[in-house]
Amino acid sequence: MSLLADLFTILAVSAGVFFFFAGTVGLLRFPDTLTRLHALTKADNLGLGLVVLGLLPQLGSVLAGLKLVFIWVLVQIASAGASQLLAGLAKRQPEETREEAP
Amino acid sequence: MSEPFALLLTLLVLLTAGWIVTVRERRAAVFGFIAYGLLLALVWIRLAAVDVALTEAAIGGGATGVLLLRVSARLGSIRGMSAPPGLATRWIAGVLCAGVSLALMALVLALPDPAPSLAAAAMEPIGRTGLGNPVTAVLLAYRALDTFLEIIVLLLALIGVWSLGADRFWGGEPAAWRTGPPSPALVFLARVLPPFGIVIAGYLFWIGADEPGGKFQASTILAAMWLLAMMAGLAPPPRTGARGLRAALVAGPLVFLAIGFAGLWWADGFLAYPDAFAKPLIILIEAALAVSIVAALALMVAGPAERLPRR
Repeated sequence: MSLLADLFTILAVSAGVFFFFAGTVGLLRFPDTLTRLHALTKADNLGLGLVVLGLLPQLGSVLAGLKLVFIWVLVQIASAGASQLLAGLAKRQPEETREEAP
Repeated sequence: MSEPFALLLTLLVLLTAGWIVTVRERRAAVFGFIAYGLLLALVWIRLAAVDVALTEAAIGGGATGVLLLRVSARLGSIRGMSAPPGLATRWIAGVLCAGVSLALMALVLALPDPAPSLAAAAMEPIGRTGLGNPVTAVLLAYRALDTFLEIIVLLLALIGVWSLGADRFWGGEPAAWRTGPPSPALVFLARVLPPFGIVIAGYLFWIGADEPGGKFQASTILAAMWLLAMMAGLAPPPRTGARGLRAALVAGPLVFLAIGFAGLWWADGFLAYPDAFAKPLIILIEAALAVSIVAALALMVAGPAERLPRR
């Protein structure tokens, strides 16, 4: 049972790390703000979700697990909101004048 | 945590620091500074100083970062009011900074092993305070004077920010964040996050007596929630001259000072607590300080008054 749990943790966390890696590559390589945001939210969303999922069987108490899930939910809300704001800013301001605006 | 992780973290901190200094874009440097604060928080966790890590993340990364972002936005497209410093000046500054860094490094390496520690001295009388977290005991019992001066510094900083506004606006409202209607995403965040923020801040405040946490971290979160509501237009920014606001700002120092002077006759001296009431008194001081810190931090970010005071 413990072996199974460990195996699950390794698989899920590795998959999470893969999504973080992919998200970072996308952030660095994608051509414009919107596609970069898309890559970034994948890392926040799937990457962190899988890492949290993988860590769940390693925790001693249900409360600790709930806290982790809760952190993931908060990151979801924050990153979705922040991405919307950044995307709105990118839409309002053309690429070249962005640095000058307040 | 293993040593490779520590090395990687150190490298990241150094690279981020170097990037902040060399990057040309002002706002990019501020974002770098926020990331730098979060990395430093990880360093403090690695050093098992969770209290410092929480404060660094909240104040160093969060509050200072937002403050710098506001400054960067207010400066607008001003590219520097005077001529850039000459080569000689830059060299002298560089050499001085490098000298300070090297001296600090040498000092760290020269520390005796095991390093001198006051940990035992901090733990020994902790039973008298009714607290379980030695950091809180240091901040509010052994070295309460330092904490008192800290809040005074915060108020002075706020007065400094306020005095940047024009005379005719004194006591008025800080400028609004945006001219147009706030984006729906921001309004959504400002509606959803504050309940979470209030619960988390309350938890941090209460747990600070026995575990890492405390009023400063809790207040930063509350101030952030208030600012979020202000930015989304859900809560109007307060008049900087409002009675209630001024009262909130001085509540902390006044309660602290009153209990401090009361210590002269009910305990051993200034800022000393009678053993039986140590914990309730500390909680009272922390609660009053929290009110002042929330108001001071939020208004520092909100900026000086830029609208005529309504009478």
